[in-house]
Amino acid sequence: MSVYLTLAGEFLKIGLFSVGGGLATLPFLYKLADSHDWFTRATLVDMIAISESTPGPIGINMATYAGYAAAGVYGGVLATLALVFPSVVIALFITKALDAFRDDKSVKAAFYGVRPAVTALIASAALGFMKMMLIDIENGSSAANILNVKRIALFAVTLYLMKKYDKHPVFYIGGAAIAGAALKL
Amino acid sequence: MNPAAFRECIDIFAVFLKIGALTFGGGYTMLPLLRADIAEKRKWASEDDIIDFYAVSQSLPGIVAVNTSMLIGYKKAKIPGLVSACLGMICPSVMIILAIALFIQNFLAVKTVGHAFGGIRAAVAALIVKTAFDMGKKCLVDGACALIFAAAFLAFTLADISPVIPVAAGGMAGIVLARRRPS
Repeated sequence: MSVYLTLAGEFLKIGLFSVGGGLATLPFLYKLADSHDWFTRATLVDMIAISESTPGPIGINMATYAGYAAAGVYGGVLATLALVFPSVVIALFITKALDAFRDDKSVKAAFYGVRPAVTALIASAALGFMKMMLIDIENGSSAANILNVKRIALFAVTLYLMKKYDKHPVFYIGGAAIAGAALKL
Repeated sequence: MNPAAFRECIDIFAVFLKIGALTFGGGYTMLPLLRADIAEKRKWASEDDIIDFYAVSQSLPGIVAVNTSMLIGYKKAKIPGLVSACLGMICPSVMIILAIALFIQNFLAVKTVGHAFGGIRAAVAALIVKTAFDMGKKCLVDGACALIFAAAFLAFTLADISPVIPVAAGGMAGIVLARRRPS
């Protein structure tokens, strides 16, 4: 029972504090990988890839996946419902005063400060993932094989292509899967 | 609930089920579908309403796509409509992800799939880096924002703290800064 309670508590918190859309839930899941033995950071990366490549909002997809990793099928359903619950309650209140909320000075002021903070959380997670994926600490006995050169190259090429052609992430993920299989990454 | 209202909720659920199943990524990728299905075909909300709901949803906690669909559902059928829209939106995700999660472990054991995921991980790292850059370009508009960014980045990277703390502190800093600024 207790894993369900913990799971629900964690995802209620994520639903209440993740703002900014897209990958806003990522820093929370990143932290969950450390604080619980539900999934590792490496698994989280696979979750992101699958969530980006399947239909539906990324935040919902990742919550279902993380919940499943923690406590199976029921865990997936529970985590998703817990994630949206705060939104449901807040939306019920907001609908009564939609215009007032939209023009509210405090809401605008708060978001002015929240956005850079959320960006910082995602940037910090990005740094952690780069370290984890591009540097092989456990294999790296000598300086020459600490850096995973093939992955670094693929990372750099992908980043370059993303900046050059603004295509949907699923294209880059698909391309990288083929490159990974071909290069035996 | 009377039969007509119940049927209305089923309708709302079905439309958002379809939109949830057809949008990759949520957020603004679902705006064209909302325009076609909600504004033009069913006239549950005008195009301006939808843009409005989407804008407000970005300033609400939670998932933008879910928030937008709930506001549309409420406009059509009040609280039952809001709940139907929310459930419709999350249903495809839950079913598709659970189906994949149930089988992926066996796939990952296949050597080629393992290598493919090695490549995918590099792409995901690039994706997150790009997301952080794009967000930064949009929100780091002045010195105060840069300061909040730096403080949150250092705190979350160096200390073992919950992401709740930088988010809440950033919001409070925004409110305090706005009070002090002469307008």
